[in-house]
Amino acid sequence: MTLAVSDLAVSFGGVTALDGVSFTVRPGSITSIIGPNGAGKTTAFNAITGYLQPTAGRINYDGAALTGLRPSAIARRGVVRTFQRTSVFPSLSVADNVLTGLHLSSTAGFLDVLVRRRWLVLEESSLHTDVEEIIGFVGLGHRRDEMASTLPYGEQRLVELALALAARPRVLLLDEPGAGMTGAEKTVVSGLIRQVREQGVTILLVEHDMRMVMGISDTVIVLNHGRVIAEGTPGEIQAHPDVIRAYLGAPRGAA
Amino acid sequence: MDQLLQHLVNGLVLGGTYALLGIGLTLIFGLMNVVNFAHGEFYTLGAYVAFAALTLAGVNFIVGILAAIVAGAALGWLCEVTLLRPLRNESIDTTMLVMIGVWIAMQNGELLVWGGVAKSIPHPFPTAPLVMGPVAIAPLRVIVLVLAVGLIASSWLLIHQTKLGRAMRATFQDRDTAALMGVSIGRVHAATFAFGSALASAAGALLGPVFLAYPSMGDLASLKAFSVVILGGLGNLTGATVGGLLLGIAEELGAGYISSGYRDAVGFVIIIMVLVLRPSGLFARQERIG
Amino acid sequence: MTALGRGLLAAAMVTLPFWLADPYYLHVVIMAGIFGVLALSLNLLLGYAGQLSLGHAAFFGIGAYTSALLTLKREWSFWPALAAAIALAAAAGWIIGRLALKLRGAYFVLVTISFAGVISLVSVNWIELTNGPLGLPGVPAPDLGPWSLRTKAAYYYLVLAAVALSYAVCRRLVRSRIGRAFVALRENEPLAESIGVDVTHYLVLAAVVSAAMAGLGGSLYAHYTRFVSPEVFLFTYTVTMVIMVVAGGKGTLAGPLVGAVLFTALPEALRLAASWQWQMLAYGSLLVLLVFFLPRGIVPQIVASFSGHPRSAPTSRTPLQ
Ligand SMILES: Nc1ncnc2c1ncn2[C@@H]1O[C@H](COP(=O)(O)OP(=O)(O)O)[C@@H](O)[C@H]1O
Ligand SMILES: [Mg+2]
Repeated sequence: MTLAVSDLAVSFGGVTALDGVSFTVRPGSITSIIGPNGAGKTTAFNAITGYLQPTAGRINYDGAALTGLRPSAIARRGVVRTFQRTSVFPSLSVADNVLTGLHLSSTAGFLDVLVRRRWLVLEESSLHTDVEEIIGFVGLGHRRDEMASTLPYGEQRLVELALALAARPRVLLLDEPGAGMTGAEKTVVSGLIRQVREQGVTILLVEHDMRMVMGISDTVIVLNHGRVIAEGTPGEIQAHPDVIRAYLGAPRGAA
Repeated sequence: MDQLLQHLVNGLVLGGTYALLGIGLTLIFGLMNVVNFAHGEFYTLGAYVAFAALTLAGVNFIVGILAAIVAGAALGWLCEVTLLRPLRNESIDTTMLVMIGVWIAMQNGELLVWGGVAKSIPHPFPTAPLVMGPVAIAPLRVIVLVLAVGLIASSWLLIHQTKLGRAMRATFQDRDTAALMGVSIGRVHAATFAFGSALASAAGALLGPVFLAYPSMGDLASLKAFSVVILGGLGNLTGATVGGLLLGIAEELGAGYISSGYRDAVGFVIIIMVLVLRPSGLFARQERIG
Repeated sequence: MTALGRGLLAAAMVTLPFWLADPYYLHVVIMAGIFGVLALSLNLLLGYAGQLSLGHAAFFGIGAYTSALLTLKREWSFWPALAAAIALAAAAGWIIGRLALKLRGAYFVLVTISFAGVISLVSVNWIELTNGPLGLPGVPAPDLGPWSLRTKAAYYYLVLAAVALSYAVCRRLVRSRIGRAFVALRENEPLAESIGVDVTHYLVLAAVVSAAMAGLGGSLYAHYTRFVSPEVFLFTYTVTMVIMVVAGGKGTLAGPLVGAVLFTALPEALRLAASWQWQMLAYGSLLVLLVFFLPRGIVPQIVASFSGHPRSAPTSRTPLQ
């Protein structure tokens, strides 16, 4: 159940975005990756979830290699990600977004659908129950039938989270879920992330908001220029001299 | 061997005009992101304008071709300003549908004006071929090749030596940055579309007298222009020039050695092969995920 | 539509040959039905999976030629020939789906159009098989057991059944997880993958089903006009299908059928008033006007105005993909 990244390297043409990155994500933990813009955090997510092929290195989950698999196959194995840029199905309602997100919870194939097998009705109705449950969980019940693209930014990010949850992740990778949110919204998201973890989902989080990161993480990994420069508990990271120099910056004294 | 030389020479003449078509389209496609299915209709337009100028107005051959160029530029400009400008922020499919509409409308407009019977465009050059060793070539074809090369060279100068060309290249690189640096995107787009259409029109005026002018002549011209663009790379002038010449030669060889019925298949096969084998290779502008 | 409305429509369809006896009108209705099948087919790819195929005439033509050749040269009866037409078109759809897998937008369009171009040239040049530009006359009318479906009224019921079948297939698909996967690909492909939608599988599936349906339309066309020539590959057919789908409303179930009826009847009505060229000129201009003034199509427009929502979409033009 451990997600293990070893010696991961990614380069774009001449630009090295990741260079020998190794870390493991302990099952059931909330692990955060922090680092300045351009450090390679999103690139690491893309490599782990199959959106780009690493130049070198291995990614293992649950003892099996994820490297070389397509994103959909990786999602099927329970490793699901969200995107840094808001990403929803714009012209579908919130409920239809989530229903679409439940793709992996249903099994009907082409012929089943064509001959309309009897169990399809049961499957669909259980999907609809799940939709309501997930929408309720992220607190979008009042937006159920509204088109996703018409929602305010913060709520679109919640739709995104709902979509990812619909894929029934065992490891959930969240790329800056709090970006652009108000303080209150961030608190809500932090709470949701905690609750998700309590249901047994491992969380790998990329986030710039230090209060959020330090508040909910078990482990923090610091990335700079494509390398891991520190790894430890929030307390250790905040005291780490390299980190303070490279990222937190003395005057800001983030915590 | 002698046959081969003859095919190469014929292919070069054809290829010169394909290059003109391709340069026009590669600028429009690369710079404006418009899949211009009406491109071939400007080619047809050029042929008919040349026909009208030469037979009805009885002007000199070169003036006829100039008239075609002016007509192509004017109509292209009009098209951009009225139809494409309002849709600049729409998806590529939206503008493609509009250009399909323009294509159908223009083609049938031509059919209404000129009728379905093919017209032969008169030219003042002797019909007896010039014989150079094993190769025979009609004087008209030599003139066509020379003019095509001249037009390609002028396009080069325009893109690389003028202020407009600089603005066009900047827009191609990065539209937003170009706009920030004071380039008027609207004007660049209008100029690009007018220029591309003028080149297509010129190609039609040049090839029209070699073959015949008929309303549906633009259909294949569009597709050939697309294969040239795909062969040469999006927005790539050198690529379009070389691609055009290659397509012309490949068609002549295909027609000569395989079967003349499959001449037009060469362009299609190029499109399929290049896109399938190197889907991102020739025009890589990889999208970022995240 | 209410249950009453639906019932009335069904009754009208089933009894149509009895109150619309004029063979000319029946002919128009049959053509509208065949184009309805084609438009439904294109809509599956364009409206749901978000991929514009401009080579759809190829699948139509493959269906028409397969059916014609098997009945003429091998003396197959209509039904197995129809099945073969559907299967071969589906196979062509599979090839296109595989070939164009990595291509989107303009490049997908260009590959489909080139594929249709090559197939069309083969139909012109492979004279031993296809009889070249002269085409294949004398395609037999279908039989159903002891009955020949030679009359227009009988053929009408065959086409009606085909439309109903195609509609049912589309409806079942789009209301299932498969249709939702298609829409997910159209709306946001990377996001679709992140929730486990297998792009390859669903794009190829959409192409295969769409092509199979177009093959069905082709076979019906061949046995109705009793003649097949390279003209079946004309780009005009593809453009007609696109206009029907876009005008009716892409990504809706009823849209393509509304578009098919409208754009079969309209040219026929115009025929009395204007020549073919004028009609096509009007077609082209209409396509431009549609994009500008009715970008989502007729059916969504009607639905929006009935449900009282002021054109619910914030951006009035939903992008195709
Ligand atoms: N598709 C791409 N092509 C080229 N360079 C890229 C691409 N994606 C990311 N990069 C580069 O890789 C580096 C890391 O980027 P990214 O992973 O997005 O950083 P972060 O998410 O930590 O802000 C940056 O220098 C960025 O410019
Ligand atoms: Mg990032």
